[in-house]
Amino acid sequence: MQKDFRLEWRQRAALNGMLLYVGSTVFVCYLSFSLRGGQLPAPAWNALFWIVLLFSAVNAVAKGFLQESRGRMLYYYTVVRPQAVILAKIGYNALLLLGLALVAFGLYAVVLGNPVQNVPLFVGNVVLGAVGFASTLTLVSGIAAKATNSSTLMAVLGFPLMVPMLLLLIKVSKNALDGLEFDASQSSLLTLVALNMIVGAVSYLLFPFLWRS
Amino acid sequence: MSKNWWKALSVVLLLYVAVAGLLMPVPRLAILNESIRNLYFHVPMWFGMTFILIASVYYSVRYLRTPTPELDILAHESARTGILMGVVGLATGSIWAKYTWGAWWTNDPKLNGAAIAMLIYGAYLVLRSSFTDEQQRARISAIYNIFAFATAMPLFYILPRLTDSLHPGAGGNPAFAKYDLDSDMRMVFYPAVIGWTLLAFWLAQLASRVSLLKQKVYEKQLA
Repeated sequence: MQKDFRLEWRQRAALNGMLLYVGSTVFVCYLSFSLRGGQLPAPAWNALFWIVLLFSAVNAVAKGFLQESRGRMLYYYTVVRPQAVILAKIGYNALLLLGLALVAFGLYAVVLGNPVQNVPLFVGNVVLGAVGFASTLTLVSGIAAKATNSSTLMAVLGFPLMVPMLLLLIKVSKNALDGLEFDASQSSLLTLVALNMIVGAVSYLLFPFLWRS
Repeated sequence: MSKNWWKALSVVLLLYVAVAGLLMPVPRLAILNESIRNLYFHVPMWFGMTFILIASVYYSVRYLRTPTPELDILAHESARTGILMGVVGLATGSIWAKYTWGAWWTNDPKLNGAAIAMLIYGAYLVLRSSFTDEQQRARISAIYNIFAFATAMPLFYILPRLTDSLHPGAGGNPAFAKYDLDSDMRMVFYPAVIGWTLLAFWLAQLASRVSLLKQKVYEKQLA
């Protein structure tokens, strides 16, 4: 499992590209909003942040399976159990997305201002979001990689599946922006954790079947 | 006849629902007025959809255990019937919303959740059509079907209950307490749920038979 993780880590060529992708997206947002002048209202700030994260997540995770060569897949197949592969992929993607999200948050706060009043809650929410996106999108990218028109399929399959998670995330981060008490978002956070666990468990169970083909 | 009794039951129940649902007395409620009769058509759609989608997931799980083309067809046609029920449910709900809330569509968690769940299942159909190899299509769409069910059900039954909404069954209040206090309505509502659910299963069975026959004809032509 750990070895698999390291294998994943070794092919991180895409990482720099992703960082640049996030950076330029944030900068484009900044430029297009600075034309109007003045501070962005908090709901718009929030929505824009999650949209940036959503798109970079889809792009980042899509690389996971699509760039995998057939020979290497076959090699993995003989060496490790499928459960280890999916867990390693999810773990790697979660860390990747978390890194991307924190970088995005930093850049975003620098150029567009930082209206977040409850930073620990916001960061915790981002962590949950990264894990959730990773576990949903990893399986989806595995599915999409098998099909012929995989890049379209990735978006078509991934976006609706992520919406329930995204709704909760946006709600909690709105609470964090407004500096509400932790109690106000507790039930949403719990639902988010439960949703993450459902999605993770389902991917864990289903991946061996996907792997076999 | 002993095998088909449930189809007859479905027809009888739905005839009863159509007649009694439109003629039986209903409680006079402000705003809702006579449109409350839509309860017998709109709500059972979602019940039927949920049951038929559960059946679809059941067939998908069985397919992954023992891959046979029959199970794949059953899962596919059940999911399609579920989508049909969902679309009709959205349409009846939309008409109801027009006459009670004044708009075809409102920005409401329950409505949006249902629409997104339909998108998730729409993606299932797209996924199916993007494979050429039949076995691979069957296996991967079975996997996606299970995954889609696990993410779509929270949209219907968990998320709307956490937020305030115009729709009954949201904001923590259960859906039926408000209307079903009237026992006259219960007399029609429960048969309606059973009738529409049975109809959904009947539709799925017919569609599966048709596609099985099509496959057989195709194989014969090849031979």
